[in-house]
Amino acid sequence: MNAHYELPLEDAGYSFGFLDEYAKKEVRRCILKAISIPGYQTPYASREMPMGRGFGTGGLQLTLSLIGADDTLKVIDQGSDDSVNAVNLRQFVQLTCPGVAVTEKTQEATLIQSRHRIPEKMLTEQQILVLQVPYPDALVVVEPSEARRKVMHGEADYSRLLVKLYEDVVRFDEITLSHRYPTRINGHYVIDPSPIPRWDVPRLHHSPALVLLGAGREKKIYAVPPYTVAAPLVFDDIAFRVEDFRDANGQRIACRCCGSIVSFLDELIDDAGRVTHQCSDSAYCEEQQETISARKQA
Amino acid sequence: MSNKILSVRGLSRIHGEQCPLCISSTGPEHDTNMCPHCGSVVAAHDVNFDLYRGEILGIIGESGSGKSSTVKMLYFDDMPTAGSATFYDGDAQHDMFALNAAQQRSMRNKRFGMVYQNPHLGLNFQISAGGNIAERLLMSDLRHYEEIRTRAGDLLVRTEVSRARMDQNPRTFSGGMQQRVQIAKALATRPPLLFLDEVTTGLDLSVQAAILDLILEIQHELGTAMIVVTHDLGVIRLLAGRTLVMKHGRVIESGLTDQILEDPQHAYTQRLVASAL
Repeated sequence: MNAHYELPLEDAGYSFGFLDEYAKKEVRRCILKAISIPGYQTPYASREMPMGRGFGTGGLQLTLSLIGADDTLKVIDQGSDDSVNAVNLRQFVQLTCPGVAVTEKTQEATLIQSRHRIPEKMLTEQQILVLQVPYPDALVVVEPSEARRKVMHGEADYSRLLVKLYEDVVRFDEITLSHRYPTRINGHYVIDPSPIPRWDVPRLHHSPALVLLGAGREKKIYAVPPYTVAAPLVFDDIAFRVEDFRDANGQRIACRCCGSIVSFLDELIDDAGRVTHQCSDSAYCEEQQETISARKQA
Repeated sequence: MSNKILSVRGLSRIHGEQCPLCISSTGPEHDTNMCPHCGSVVAAHDVNFDLYRGEILGIIGESGSGKSSTVKMLYFDDMPTAGSATFYDGDAQHDMFALNAAQQRSMRNKRFGMVYQNPHLGLNFQISAGGNIAERLLMSDLRHYEEIRTRAGDLLVRTEVSRARMDQNPRTFSGGMQQRVQIAKALATRPPLLFLDEVTTGLDLSVQAAILDLILEIQHELGTAMIVVTHDLGVIRLLAGRTLVMKHGRVIESGLTDQILEDPQHAYTQRLVASAL
């Protein structure tokens, strides 16, 4: 071992976006494949990132492969821009992609990396949403063998997932899945939208923005291209329903900060032990509050 | 239109590397199905039969005679090394072993039914009895929850399992009831062909009689053709119109069940019938 060895100067630094150009090219190719086969889990060579698997390495690799100096990035975790994971990922991108702008406003961002939520504000054709995926395969709950799962995906054989829903309805009179709701993309492949709650599943349907899902640990990329059919698996006579935020009197619960009655709510317990609710999407909530205070001043 | 539903020709299954002497040095006359030259096991060789609509065919023989192997191949659980089988489905004819894997799975799920000796092979013990039947119905593209409930319930009632136990796990059922649920599941898609592999083995006599009664009733009601594999002469006598007797992978005798039981020609069949009576 040569203790005095030093990397040549031009090789010592990292390239733009931390990943080397070959890695980015490989990820981009897989993204193209994922877009051309909507919902198909494209395998890719998930790289080691300077953070643990499970901290959003799949989404981060997608972001770093897509981002350019003229992009504006927004990072969300659990709906919030200020949670630890979101702050760290944003700082990492700022560190490794000099010149990239960051924002908390949904409408200003060109690239949004998220875990757990799709922003409340409708996305546009100019935006790309990158989701960090813990579990890419919906069939994993009914079939442990990946080889057999691939055959089932190929033949679009999802009857065993429906058996699972059947058992749910038998036991609870409704489908109780809160997240990981199996969703069929473009009439064939069923994806596991594991990062988002049931509430956000209808927003995948005909979304104007490209939605990319990356699983770093499972080494899979899949996509919901713009204006693609995304249909949650249901029975003919039992309609798909999103979460219902109602109190004991049947009243829709409002956000405690902005008073919104149309957003996805987080349940909080304050110091006095009371249960309150507030918008899960913090950027949306702040904007609502600003609009209200502006109206009051006027 | 012929009434034929299944036609099997020269069906063979040899496990292991084959040699030219495998066939000539095994069989009942050599009293073995393992080739002394290469060690291959001739599980079944040159099995031929025709099955007609609504008919029950019995296959009888001792352990290792190739009766289960034959049914496994026809249910696509195993691939034959030689031979062909034609399945007549309405006006269509299918060369069963020329179909691709997806077509085979679809035929198996929609057109065939199978009842195993061990309910653990036929049922999923993670889900309710009704869910097991729903699985078959969902596989055949029924997507209406209420209809699935009604049909699954009707099937269970038909096989004499109370509707009240529909949402319970089959783990909590007795052996006879598990077998009934298996039959209900196999019948869910109203298949024209049903395979029954030792369905009454291991059940007590009164339950055996009830299950056999049920099978006969279903055959009269739905006109389902069945292949019944068993080592029990009583089952054959009660159910099957025609019978194949197998030993060491070969069919040694075939014909009407009455004839075989009353006037067996082959020495092995004679011993079998004599020992049972």
